[in-house]
Amino acid sequence: MDVGIALLTIFVLSIFVGIEVVSKVSTILHTPLMSGANAIHGVILVGAIIVTGHADNNLELYLGLAAVVLATINMVGGFVVTDRMLELFKPKKPTNKGEDK
Amino acid sequence: MTPVWSQLANLAAALAFIFALKGLSTPKTARLGNRVGAIGATAAVGIIFFAESNLKHLTLILVAIGIGTLIGFIAARKVQMTQMPQMVALFNGVGGGAAMAVSSIEFLRAGESENFIALLATVFTIVIGSVSFTGSIVTFMKLQELMTSRPVVLPLGRFITIGTASATIFMAIYLFVNPANWALWTLVGLSLALGILFVLPVGGADVPIVISLLNAFTGLSVAASGYVLDNVLLIVAGTLVGASGTLLTQLMAKAMGRPLTSTLFGAFTAKATKVSGEVQDRPVKSAGPNDIAIMLTYASKVIIVPGYGLAVAQAQQSLRELVDLLISKGVEVEYAIHPVAGRMPGHMNVLLAEADVPYEQLKEMDEINSEFANTSVAVVVGANDVVNPAARTHKDSPIYGMPILNADQAEQVVFMKRSMRPGFAGVENELLFNDKTTLLFGDAKDSLSKVVAAVKNM
Repeated sequence: MDVGIALLTIFVLSIFVGIEVVSKVSTILHTPLMSGANAIHGVILVGAIIVTGHADNNLELYLGLAAVVLATINMVGGFVVTDRMLELFKPKKPTNKGEDK
Repeated sequence: MTPVWSQLANLAAALAFIFALKGLSTPKTARLGNRVGAIGATAAVGIIFFAESNLKHLTLILVAIGIGTLIGFIAARKVQMTQMPQMVALFNGVGGGAAMAVSSIEFLRAGESENFIALLATVFTIVIGSVSFTGSIVTFMKLQELMTSRPVVLPLGRFITIGTASATIFMAIYLFVNPANWALWTLVGLSLALGILFVLPVGGADVPIVISLLNAFTGLSVAASGYVLDNVLLIVAGTLVGASGTLLTQLMAKAMGRPLTSTLFGAFTAKATKVSGEVQDRPVKSAGPNDIAIMLTYASKVIIVPGYGLAVAQAQQSLRELVDLLISKGVEVEYAIHPVAGRMPGHMNVLLAEADVPYEQLKEMDEINSEFANTSVAVVVGANDVVNPAARTHKDSPIYGMPILNADQAEQVVFMKRSMRPGFAGVENELLFNDKTTLLFGDAKDSLSKVVAAVKNM
């Protein structure tokens, strides 16, 4: 099979998987889901590392390093902030736990 | 070609992302899902250092990752829960910026030798990534109130936007004819400007939808750059986010009763919307904490409508205290959660969960709207637009068509407000001037603790 067609196949199938997996999301999770999905596209970091690692001149290098920093912020920040949100949804203990902020 | 083991590892990472999204759709598995996603992403990044042979500038790359991790981690830990939507917008924007930069570098390197499809994907990433980058920064500024949250309509705005969009399309096509570096930078500049122009005319209430949409955009641009780099993981991850983000955007738009097209193409059809046409100095009825306490204590059923103002005042704890107190006095109390209470769908649930409000007291709009008619008092704390009857009646109002909570059907309505200032959408609320409405002016936390004290004394 042609590589281009193989990639196209992966692309099309991923669309359906992407729609399918979130189709039953409850309203209360809209914000965390958006935030989690947001963190996942931070994986562009992989791409940023590849192009920076092959940079041949300063322009490519600096642009690449900027991309690495930005992508890392996206990925790390995204997962951490989602985790913080979801921490609040943990099952309630019967007792009234501390009045933390 | 990358080694087989690393391709298999990428497959595992892709599966991790699918499980992450699936997990995030259900409260029980959400946190686990997010962690699975984080592990997948970290693994994918770690693997690339071994899979790609002869990577140069390793030290610099690692330093850059270190800096990014530090910034991302601190920002995510420090941010207040009330400011979370703009944080998500910002994280999304930098991702779009990264995708744009990656594709630009790839273009600089390959230039004319790129085949047609790869060039198409490159151009797509550059345009969409840039729009997402600047668009997200503008949404961040709107939500952070660094600029007005109302729609900004430039003079001749519509023509500027259409002009910029046309120029962007022209340059995008031109790149195929002449893949010169100056053409690339012009396209980047135009796309960045387009992102700003796209989001400026979006009104406060539509901002969450735009964030979600830009999130999907970034996903797609990541997928396209995956194609350029021949990296299957980027294609899968980007497409998953693009597809699920698009669906999520539609779900949100539906929850808010906004046709997606009007949000999307607002920039192209932008006309100055009539904002708060009514005069400010009409008589309203206001009362002190004691009157409110009496009203609430002798009510049979109370519905609380919490809004963003509550969260800003950090008054969730005081509110819960009041509700617990009223329940102990035999009053039936429930919270009515508008789908977009706060600044994003589900945001209010997060904020109330932070104050340990029990799940079962929170009622969603469809569930509770019919109950307002037999409710003695509806207490609106720091909310405004979500109970504004103008959404039902005023065709030219920016919030027209948005489903609202029927607080106006309760026997009495209490508004706890800081001032007569209109809500996030910038629209005057008729309900404030209604005969059955009583206002309690002041900071929400302050007002609530005074009412709590008054109820205790009764």
